[in-house]
Amino acid sequence: MDIKKTPKKLNVKEKYRLMTRDLAWEPSYRDEKEIYPYVDYEGIKVHDWSKWEDPFRLTMDAYWKYQAEKERKYYAIIDAHAQNNGHLNVTDARYLTAIKLFLQSISPGEYASHRGFARVGREFAGVGPQVACQMQSIDEIRHAQTQVHAMSNYNKFYNGFKDFANQRDRIWYTSVARSFFDDAMSAGPFEFLIAIGFSFEYVLTNLLFVPFMSGAAYNGDMATCTFGFSAQSDEARHMTLGLECIKFMLEQDPDNIPIVQKWIDKWFWRGCRLLTLVAAMMDYMLPKRVMSWREAWNIYGVENGNALFRDLARYGIKPPMHWDDVEKSIDHTSHQIMLGLYQWKFGTAFHSWTPTASDIEWLKEKYPTTFEKYYLPRWEYAIAQKENGGEYNNFGLPKLCQVCQLPTLFTEPDDPTQLCHRETDYEGEKYHFCSDGCQHVFEQEPEKYVQAWLPMTAMMQEPLKGDLAAWMEWVSLEPTAAGEYANSEDKANFEKWRKQVSTD
Amino acid sequence: MQIDVQTVNIEQKNQTFSHLKKRFGDKKIPSRYQEASYDLQAEENLHYRPTWAPEQELYDPNLSKIRMNDWYDLKDPRQFYYSTYTLNRAKQQETMESNFKTVESLNLIEGMPDPVLAVAQDLLIPLRHANYAANMNNTLVCGYGYGTVFTQPCVYHAMDNLGIAQYLSRLGLMIGDVESLEAAKQDWMDSDAWQPLRRSLEDLMCVRDPVEVFIKQNFVLDGLLYPLVYQRIVDQNLVEQGGSGISILTQFMTNWYLESKRWVDSVIKTMASESAENKAVLEEWIDSAANHFTSVLLPVAGLAVAGNQADELVSEAHDELLQRAKKAGLFK
Ligand SMILES: [Fe+2]
Ligand SMILES: [Fe+2]
Repeated sequence: MDIKKTPKKLNVKEKYRLMTRDLAWEPSYRDEKEIYPYVDYEGIKVHDWSKWEDPFRLTMDAYWKYQAEKERKYYAIIDAHAQNNGHLNVTDARYLTAIKLFLQSISPGEYASHRGFARVGREFAGVGPQVACQMQSIDEIRHAQTQVHAMSNYNKFYNGFKDFANQRDRIWYTSVARSFFDDAMSAGPFEFLIAIGFSFEYVLTNLLFVPFMSGAAYNGDMATCTFGFSAQSDEARHMTLGLECIKFMLEQDPDNIPIVQKWIDKWFWRGCRLLTLVAAMMDYMLPKRVMSWREAWNIYGVENGNALFRDLARYGIKPPMHWDDVEKSIDHTSHQIMLGLYQWKFGTAFHSWTPTASDIEWLKEKYPTTFEKYYLPRWEYAIAQKENGGEYNNFGLPKLCQVCQLPTLFTEPDDPTQLCHRETDYEGEKYHFCSDGCQHVFEQEPEKYVQAWLPMTAMMQEPLKGDLAAWMEWVSLEPTAAGEYANSEDKANFEKWRKQVSTD
Repeated sequence: MQIDVQTVNIEQKNQTFSHLKKRFGDKKIPSRYQEASYDLQAEENLHYRPTWAPEQELYDPNLSKIRMNDWYDLKDPRQFYYSTYTLNRAKQQETMESNFKTVESLNLIEGMPDPVLAVAQDLLIPLRHANYAANMNNTLVCGYGYGTVFTQPCVYHAMDNLGIAQYLSRLGLMIGDVESLEAAKQDWMDSDAWQPLRRSLEDLMCVRDPVEVFIKQNFVLDGLLYPLVYQRIVDQNLVEQGGSGISILTQFMTNWYLESKRWVDSVIKTMASESAENKAVLEEWIDSAANHFTSVLLPVAGLAVAGNQADELVSEAHDELLQRAKKAGLFK
């Protein structure tokens, strides 16, 4: 070797290859199977790991530099937000329900992604995907942390934030998101990537983040919308990783195609069920609305989805199995979920409410074929009960779907007057589902889903045995955090503080 | 609506989140490190067992022989969460960037005596593969360890190791272009001096106890390697022989080792003080790995110094490591 010779100019791709790919070596003292024990069992065949195209070429020094720049800006803004009582800039305190739900459900999901990507960043037998996944792992802990820090200031003034850690593990509705991420993490490394990297980050992320972040911007929540902006370039990297991983699997071996298709079918459905909570947020929880769930779906679901699956068709991948059922549900789910949350509001660490007259006008306009016909009468009934001094509560426990863990409150795809309910017998037990989609997921892997922790079942068992007060204590649910928004401390305080401002 | 709210005097409801209040009381506002680290990992009601190992839990403290009543005792004295971590590293990489520029503009590499460059090539450049193994090992600890305060610094440590491998690669490109990296890889794969280390790292990559991996990689191997290679061979021997340029380009590694060993030592100390059983396990791991890696590193040191001096340097590093172990409450 010729020391001290003038280095040639390397192009970015070659340089990145040397800086990452070239670091690994083929083990000769130990078998690859001992080092990567989980890479085969899902049946995905990889013949050549070096065919992996690096979705982004970021060396660590560049990563530190860019990310530190973003961190500095982010914390400067949320510090100022805290110092200036920025929380009083939100449209009104109803908005907080959206971010309480976010902190209780989505931030723990960011954390789970962080751990999941660390695992697959170790389990893949190729250095290309290893490094890409590790980078996503470290990004995801960033997201979890910046979200907690953004919410920390809201927690100082409002109910419903402070117990998010305990509620992540115990309260009933958070198990929708928890079971989703637990499902992905307990799957093998390739399925994890299809679940989170592809289905969630690539196909569905715009339906989660765009609504939340523009909702935050529209409603004066600088802290959350700053988080959204700051995470955007991370998300862009995650999306390219998601797309690269699916193409890699499909190109490695034709036998991979049916396996990947099965996962796409499953995770698309799982993701859409999770997103019904976002649908309720968009249509009901934002005092100032961005767009309806239907409109968001048309843009980010249908348009983007069609383009994507047209592109994947050349590999023999078909659009997700239950796509039509999702499409049929779009004009219904937000209303169904919000009515559900409202009737079980004594058991949620956020407030809900009946739509106001102007809300109702908006909903009629956005859902001309469904809202007035199917859901307005139920809201009117709830409003009338309130006006008569009563309360619209359902103290019967919701029956939860064994797979998505939402209450079985959805209707038949082709008949909005019929509640949809499916059941399957497995090893002498009966299991209940909200839909064909969830039943299908169960039947592919019953031995997995029978293990699901169902919060309602847990509530009826030892040691709670159906005692509501004991349950509330166990899930750290204080009565001030739950119930009707109109009677809440959050509302009273927010209005009092705002009045102080305007009279000062 | 933008309103001037700075002057409003409003009373706070909560000083902090309940899980932090439970741990630290609510007299003091918790730090951002505490908010970012404690109790973030799901603890209860895990839904499904891993399909890759159904005997395990999704987060499973029993993957390790080490037992902790509370894994959140293992806090990082540097209090690194993502933001403080990246800000620190960004500053360090700025320094390294200007170090690379200095070395380039002063033609320090060209002016360096050949024996110094030969040591840099033979000893330092192959180490980038060892850093890759350390990256993988720390990624495993982050993935499968228990409790965020223990696992979080491991993803940072993993990425740091990747960063170090990349700094070494740049050094290689400076001293001998792509051929430098090729020759180093050849050495790593075939030359006698490197085989014991490569074999040991392949062995370590088969270990699945996250704490065992943590101890053997971050405490034992790095605790021998960095004092030996960077503190002694580079910063003393090579500098004396006109290799200051090399020392400037490995400044990150030297500082990083000093910084991160505070964290590693503190983790070990806390684990050791937890129970006699932990102490015994840690002593067994450290004792066997320290002896093993000392002998593994001997031929590596031999690439830079003569045999008897290599012996001396390696055994100094070994003593230093045992001193650290003693300070952490072990072997007494
Ligand atoms: Fe994220
Ligand atoms: Fe379901």
